[in-house]
Amino acid sequence: MSDTAEVKTLVIDGQEVSAVRGQTILEVARENDIQIPTLCHLEGLTDVGACRLCVVEIKGSNKLFPACVTSIYEGMEVSTNSERLQKHRRMILELLFTERNHICSVCVANGHCELQSLAQDLGLTHVRLPYRNPELTIDASHERFTADHNRCILCTRCVRVCAEVEGAHVWDVMGRGINSMIITDLHENWGESTCTRCGKCVQVCPTGALYDKGKIGSDHPKYPDFLPYLNLMREAR
Amino acid sequence: MTIEELDLIAKQVRAENAKFDYEVNVCMGTGCLSQNSDKLKDALAKTVEDSGKNALIRRTGCMGLCAAGPLVLVDPDEVLYQHVEEGHAQKIVDSLGGKPVAELQCELRDHFDQQVHVVLENSGQIDPERIEDYIAHDGYRALLMAVNDMTPSGVIRQITESGLRGRGGGGYPTGLKWSTVAKAHGETKYVICNGDEGDPGAFMDRSVLESDPQRVIEGMAIAAYAVGANKGYVYVRAEYPLAVSRLQACLRDARRRGLLGSNIGNTPFSFDVEVRLGAGAFVCGEETALIASIEGRRGTPRPRPPYPAVSGLWGKPTLINNVETFANIAPIIRNGGRWFAAMGSERSKGTKVFALTGKIKNTGLVEVPMGIKLREIIEKIGGGVPDGRKFKAVQTGGPSGGCLPESMLDIGVSYDALMAAGSIMGSGGMIVMDDTSCMVNVARFFVEFCMTESCGKCIPCRAGTAQMYTILTKFCTGTGTMADLELLEELCDTVKSASLCGLGQTAPNPVLSTLKYFRNEYIDHIVHKRCTAGVCNMAASTAKPAEEVLA
Repeated sequence: MSDTAEVKTLVIDGQEVSAVRGQTILEVARENDIQIPTLCHLEGLTDVGACRLCVVEIKGSNKLFPACVTSIYEGMEVSTNSERLQKHRRMILELLFTERNHICSVCVANGHCELQSLAQDLGLTHVRLPYRNPELTIDASHERFTADHNRCILCTRCVRVCAEVEGAHVWDVMGRGINSMIITDLHENWGESTCTRCGKCVQVCPTGALYDKGKIGSDHPKYPDFLPYLNLMREAR
Repeated sequence: MTIEELDLIAKQVRAENAKFDYEVNVCMGTGCLSQNSDKLKDALAKTVEDSGKNALIRRTGCMGLCAAGPLVLVDPDEVLYQHVEEGHAQKIVDSLGGKPVAELQCELRDHFDQQVHVVLENSGQIDPERIEDYIAHDGYRALLMAVNDMTPSGVIRQITESGLRGRGGGGYPTGLKWSTVAKAHGETKYVICNGDEGDPGAFMDRSVLESDPQRVIEGMAIAAYAVGANKGYVYVRAEYPLAVSRLQACLRDARRRGLLGSNIGNTPFSFDVEVRLGAGAFVCGEETALIASIEGRRGTPRPRPPYPAVSGLWGKPTLINNVETFANIAPIIRNGGRWFAAMGSERSKGTKVFALTGKIKNTGLVEVPMGIKLREIIEKIGGGVPDGRKFKAVQTGGPSGGCLPESMLDIGVSYDALMAAGSIMGSGGMIVMDDTSCMVNVARFFVEFCMTESCGKCIPCRAGTAQMYTILTKFCTGTGTMADLELLEELCDTVKSASLCGLGQTAPNPVLSTLKYFRNEYIDHIVHKRCTAGVCNMAASTAKPAEEVLA
């Protein structure tokens, strides 16, 4: 088959799969029920390759490649779940847990948290690195929602959904390195920002960092699946 | 502008210079300026005027030996004076035509004899703000040769033949990069000069931009002609005000002379350059972050591919090279690729400029042929470690490079040899350390730099470097354990393998290289709670934890 062909075949975890030119490893894997963990990726948003949980190995290279932004090619051989990858993923999760103050038992997202689920799935039983325990604020100035920076993992899903889907560009990132913070507008209170109160950021937030004040108790399921549907309906119009 | 016109200008400059019996060159690079070399120049000018002697007092760029600044070079006698102050002006002027001033004379044969100047050939010889001076030193000849007599592919062929590799640190073959951009589809293409030098202890790019900015602009114009670009950007950090102002002045002059702008050399080729200031983020030296910064966005890297050669600035094919790479272009075109390929080692051609700093006698800039032994750079050119102390390690490649011990000093300096030794060429910073340095503390210093300069986009780099710093701090305060060391090694592996861009991928290098060559020092700190160099205060086990230091 020549390389200009639209349809490609490749091997993921020993399984032969077909794909269309331009697809990413992650898309093809998910189509074939091969699970690659992700946090910053969300269908409907542009990928940034930031959380590094979806890194995979490609035969012929020693490097690791983020599955969410790596395009497939004919004859590619991908390994998504080797011992080496699992080790790195657990370490990345450990880094996330120690970075801020993630205390599941008092979190509104307990039971519906992607970070928590990933830790369970990947067998993270305990954290060896020291907790950093930063002193972070909670922004409850918004009439409907709350932003708790203690639970933020800086995946920037809220930044992207607000800019790309809602078109408001309220959320952004401030500072750098370990001092990075998600902010609204030019670091104003959420309640006094130009927020359109659409709530998309809350729905796509993988943890309890952004949550709905209207709900009582700690059971806050989120529905990020609305995004591909919304995009589909918009395109159809 | 034609080559004949260039010749005419060069002739005029030479005729003007010939009117003077002596030329007194005063270094006015940042290093010497900080020691008032501008006042020295004024004093010299005034003294010459009063004395009635026929001497030209010229402002020049860096002469290399920053440790001995301010420097003054007197031609035609080729006498170099060091540590010159305003008060010495009279003595120097009096000595013209007679015996040199002995107490100021700088006699460093070894320092200069071992060097080969290609990039720095005009540095310290010409006034960086006078385009005529540059033209008198064969400036812009290569550009006019290229646009008049060569095809773009012919230019790329010469660069490929030269074997030049990117001097920003990666060492990617320049010819290959150029041909990729030349082949990329698109009406609009860009050329970017990466002048975002941020490594601790490195000042090569600053010096080239301050001493010979026209050469960088000429290199960019030749590159633009070769790849089919009409617009270029020089990205310089705002901490380099002198480089920026000289660059701006040079761009104006080049435009005025028709060497930038429309129809360069009366050909259809048009090209212009703009300066973009960086706010001083180390990560903006990474090409995709640099591009984001020029576009006015947050300077964070993005995954590659697509490479900038295909989709760079505003999604257009973009050629991005470092200052020193562009500075090599004009001489390659003038003398041919083969001339360049004849210098250096087998897979690393030409010369490399290094910024020698740290515990070394002759601090400053040196340009040496590739393949020269590290030992020669440090002991002969650098003059060795001063004050009778013992050499301990040399850090090459900036914060993400490695520390090499004495046993590695006999390797030849090349991209591959340094990589094999566990370090990198980087952009050319070289920090020498003596036995008063604690290698655990040194590793901690560089990790701290990477931690504070991490952009925060990807988790391994953002949180991983902070954790590495915490563990290293534990060692330095005597509270680390062997389990911490194991954890540190595991952490380094993840940060190295899983980070998004080069900053994170190389951040563990200082730790890994010191662990490779100085593991005993780590063990000393952990098991015996002892710092042989006496740097770490091991009693300070109550020292503030990392998060408090950061806040």
